[in-house]
Amino acid sequence: MKRRLRDVPWAVVMLLPSVVLIAVWTVYPLVKAVQNGHLRCDVTGTKCIDAGWGRYWDVFTSTEFQHALGVSLKLMALTVPAGLVLGVGLAVLADKHLRGIGVFRTIFSSTVATSVAVASLVWFVLLQPQIGVFADLFSGWFPVLKNPGLLNDPGTALLAVAFSSIWANLGFTFIIVTAALQSVPRDLYESAFVDGAGNVRRFTNVTLPMIAPTLLFVTVVLTTRALQTYGEIALLTGGGPNPEKSTTTIPYLIYGRNSIISGDLGTKSAAAVLLFVLSLALALVQFRGLDKRVHYGR
Amino acid sequence: MAQVRLDHISKTFASGDEAVHAVDDVTLEIEHHEFMILLGPSGCGKSTLLRMVAGLEDPTAGDVFIGDRRVNDVAPKERDIAMVFQSYALYPHKTVAANIEFPLKVRGVGRAERAAEAVRAAEVLGLEHHLKRKPGQLSGGQRQRVALARAIVRNPAVFLMDEPLSNLDAKLRGDTRAELVDLHRRIDSTFIYVTHDQVEAMTMGSRVAVLNEGRLQQVGTPQEVYDRPATAFVAQFIGTPPMNLLPAGMWGSETVQVGIRPEHLRLVPGGPLHAVVRQVEHLGHEVLLFADANGTRLVSRLDPGSFLPEVGDPVAFDAEPGRLHRFDPESGERIE
Repeated sequence: MKRRLRDVPWAVVMLLPSVVLIAVWTVYPLVKAVQNGHLRCDVTGTKCIDAGWGRYWDVFTSTEFQHALGVSLKLMALTVPAGLVLGVGLAVLADKHLRGIGVFRTIFSSTVATSVAVASLVWFVLLQPQIGVFADLFSGWFPVLKNPGLLNDPGTALLAVAFSSIWANLGFTFIIVTAALQSVPRDLYESAFVDGAGNVRRFTNVTLPMIAPTLLFVTVVLTTRALQTYGEIALLTGGGPNPEKSTTTIPYLIYGRNSIISGDLGTKSAAAVLLFVLSLALALVQFRGLDKRVHYGR
Repeated sequence: MAQVRLDHISKTFASGDEAVHAVDDVTLEIEHHEFMILLGPSGCGKSTLLRMVAGLEDPTAGDVFIGDRRVNDVAPKERDIAMVFQSYALYPHKTVAANIEFPLKVRGVGRAERAAEAVRAAEVLGLEHHLKRKPGQLSGGQRQRVALARAIVRNPAVFLMDEPLSNLDAKLRGDTRAELVDLHRRIDSTFIYVTHDQVEAMTMGSRVAVLNEGRLQQVGTPQEVYDRPATAFVAQFIGTPPMNLLPAGMWGSETVQVGIRPEHLRLVPGGPLHAVVRQVEHLGHEVLLFADANGTRLVSRLDPGSFLPEVGDPVAFDAEPGRLHRFDPESGERIE
C-alpha cells in the first residue's frame, strides 16, 4: 500500500500527456457539442436560446434528420456486407504460397494508402458521363451511365458513392483479414485435410471460426466508417442530386457546404451527438450479438 | 490387414543449389498392427516420412503402399489413416464432442450414429465427462486424449502420430506412454509414431527405425537396436548416457572405432584404459562417473554401493568381455 502511494506522483506525471490530449481533443469537444445541441437558433444563426434536452428529440424527428438517417443506413447496408465479402474473398485468394503473390497482395492493399480525396477523384473521372471509361464501355447496357450519369441520377447516386467507398475501404479489410488468415495454425488445415474435409468445409470449419474475432472488428469499423462517410459525398455529389438530396448522409447534413442546416450551430451539434449515439449503439449491438458466436483464444 | 510399405522413398525440398534432401532412399516395411517408431534427431526426415504416408507431402521418388494399394496419388481421406499432430490441432471453437465427431461428419455419418461413436471413442480415452467442454478448458493431457479420440473414432487402418507427447510435462508423458501402448493393444490398427525421444522409442515400439540426415540407419526391436547398433550414430543416439566411442587406435586396432556402453565400462585397477575423474553424479539408484582419457570423454555407470574415486583421481577402466562394439571409422558401420 505504501509503495503504491509513493508511486502516485510518478503515475500522474506519466498519465498527464494522454489525459491532456484526450481532455482537449475528445472530452471537451464532446461536452461542448452536447451543450450546443441544446441551442435553438434563429435563421441568421446569431441569436440562440437554450431549448433543453427536448431539442434533441426535435432534431431527431425533423424531416431533414430522418431523411439523412435513411440515406446513412442505406449507405451502410450497401457498403458493409459487400466490403466484407470482397475483402475476405480477396484475402483468401491471396493467402496462397504462390510465386508472385506478393504483387497481388500489394495491389489489393494499395487502397489503404489512397486518400478519400484521391479515391473520389478517380471514381469521379471513371463515372463521368461524357469522358468516363464506364460510360464508354457499358452505356450500351446501362444507359444511365451516359444520361444523366450514375452520380447525377437520384436513383443511382448513392450506389455510385457506395462503389467508391467500398473500393476505398477494401485495402483495410484485405490487410486485416490477411493478417488474421496467416495466424491460423497450418496444423488445423492439415488435420481437417487428413480427415477428409474439402476446400469449402475447411473454409467454414476452420478459416471462418478462426478469423471470426477479426471479422467482428472489421464489421464494427466498416459500419462506423459508413455512418461517418463525408469526403466521398462532398467531392462526388455534394449531397445531391437535388432536390431529392439522395446522398445527404448525416455527416453531410452536419457540415456539408450545401446543407440546409449549415449555418445552424445548435442543430448541427444536436445531429452530431445523435450520430455519435447511433454509432455507439450499433457497435454495442454488434459486439453483444456476435460476441457469443465468436471464439477468442486458442 | 494394413501393412505399410515404403519403397525407395526420397523427398527433396526446393531445387538446384538450395535443394534439401529431407528423406533419402528409405525402404521400410511396417507389419499389420505393428507399433513402429521413427526415431531420430530434429531434421532427420522422420516427420517428412510420416507426412508422406499421410499424404500431406508427395514423395519426390519412390512408392508408398498401404495394404496392397499404391497410395502415391490417393488423397489423404481415401488412405484409411488418421493423424495426431504435435500441437493436437483441435478446433478451438468446437466442443470436445464436436471435435471427435468431425471426421465422421465429413464422411456424412448421421447425427445419432456420430454422437454414439464419439461417446464410444471418448470412453476409450476417459473423456466421457468432458464432451461438452471446449479444448481451451482442458489440460494438456486431456487435449492430447481428445486428439487421440478424434483419430480412433473412425477405426483407421493406420494411426500416424507426430511427436504427440512432446507438449506434455515429464510425469504426464510417462503415464500417456503406457496409455498409448495399452490403446495399441486394444485396437487393431497399425501405429507409426514419430519421436526424437529414445525413451519413448524404447518403451513403446515393437520396432524402431532410426533415421539420420534423411537416411535409414537401422530397423529392429528396441533391444536389437540397443544391443547391436548398426552404425556409430545409432550407438550414440540410443542409450542415456550415450555409448562411449573411442577414436580409432585408442583400443586395439588402428582401423577400428570401439564403442562401450557406460554400464559395460568398469573400474578395474590396472585396466587398459587410463583416465582422470572429472565429475561424479549421484542419481540415487546409480552413479555416473565422467572421466577424461587423453581428451576423450568417458562415462561409466556404477553401482552406488561400489568404491567411488574422487574428482581428480587417476583411474583405469576395462570393458566387460564380449560387450565391445566395433565400427568402421570412415563409414561408421558396424564391424562384426
